[in-house]
Amino acid sequence: MTASGEEQQFSSGFVRSYVITGGRGLPDAEDLSLVTLVTLAPESQLPPNPSPEVRKIWDLCSGGYLSVAEVAGHLGLPVGVARLLLQDLNQQGHLLRRKAPPPAQLVSREILEEVLHGLQVRFG
Amino acid sequence: MDSKSASAERLYLPDAVQRAAKILVVGHFAVGKTTLVGTLSEIPPLRTEEGMTQAAAQVDDLRGATGKTTTTVALDFGRLTLSDELVLYLFGTPGQQRFVELWEDLARGSLGALLLVDPARLADTFPVIDLVETYGLEYAVAVNSFDPHSQHAEDELREALDLLPDTPVIFCDARDEKSSARALITLVSHLLAHTA
Repeated sequence: MTASGEEQQFSSGFVRSYVITGGRGLPDAEDLSLVTLVTLAPESQLPPNPSPEVRKIWDLCSGGYLSVAEVAGHLGLPVGVARLLLQDLNQQGHLLRRKAPPPAQLVSREILEEVLHGLQVRFG
Repeated sequence: MDSKSASAERLYLPDAVQRAAKILVVGHFAVGKTTLVGTLSEIPPLRTEEGMTQAAAQVDDLRGATGKTTTTVALDFGRLTLSDELVLYLFGTPGQQRFVELWEDLARGSLGALLLVDPARLADTFPVIDLVETYGLEYAVAVNSFDPHSQHAEDELREALDLLPDTPVIFCDARDEKSSARALITLVSHLLAHTA
């Protein structure tokens, strides 16, 4: 039952991340949580001379909504780096976001009922 | 599995999607978290890295600077689209105490936690329960057991883990979709019972 590689710690490729972010620090998790859903705004124009990472995130996000975590996973980037690239796109007005879920203490009965119903329909 | 062969067309969420919910799958090292996430996910499970700061183990800094180093940990997660407008993410969350920053990030906004337990390694589960309770997460216990005769052990397990009487305990096989789904449904029913 042990999945190979589960929870292994590994080097994050610090130099690579540093180059991708242009040496900037990583943004706070508040704005773009792991499950904030993002996509490119329609008719966005790719900025001139994009870095390979910007081009990749542009191509991925132009297809539809994905969570921030999925964007990071598909691009093989640490969450913090993906978050920073997405934040840039957001500041340039290219990103559409669905709001993140409320903090745990505000979890609504309505969402739980929807989740339960959805699971029962899917696996019932 | 059919749901996975269709993964190429199902990379993206429906355009009408409005909300994302999050449930943590927690447990000690190698208890089967990644397996359970993979069993239930509609997309091949994804892996990313989350950075965190941790206190340096060596106390050898005589200048008095705070001894912190940044490390990363692999994070596995999966996805279940539950309706045109609601998607659920399952995050396999490592149970080590040193990953507290990761827990803060993951616990924020999550509905609750499914605590995977290996009945042969109960002591490894104590620190994980501490973390779950520290972050105020409601949880259900899923005993990842392949031995159907071990079910008589529920009372012993409740006592050993000092569970509240209404905390659900389910036996499941993380490799089996129906069994894993039943564990998740039990958790969400429990969460609903605890929400005003």
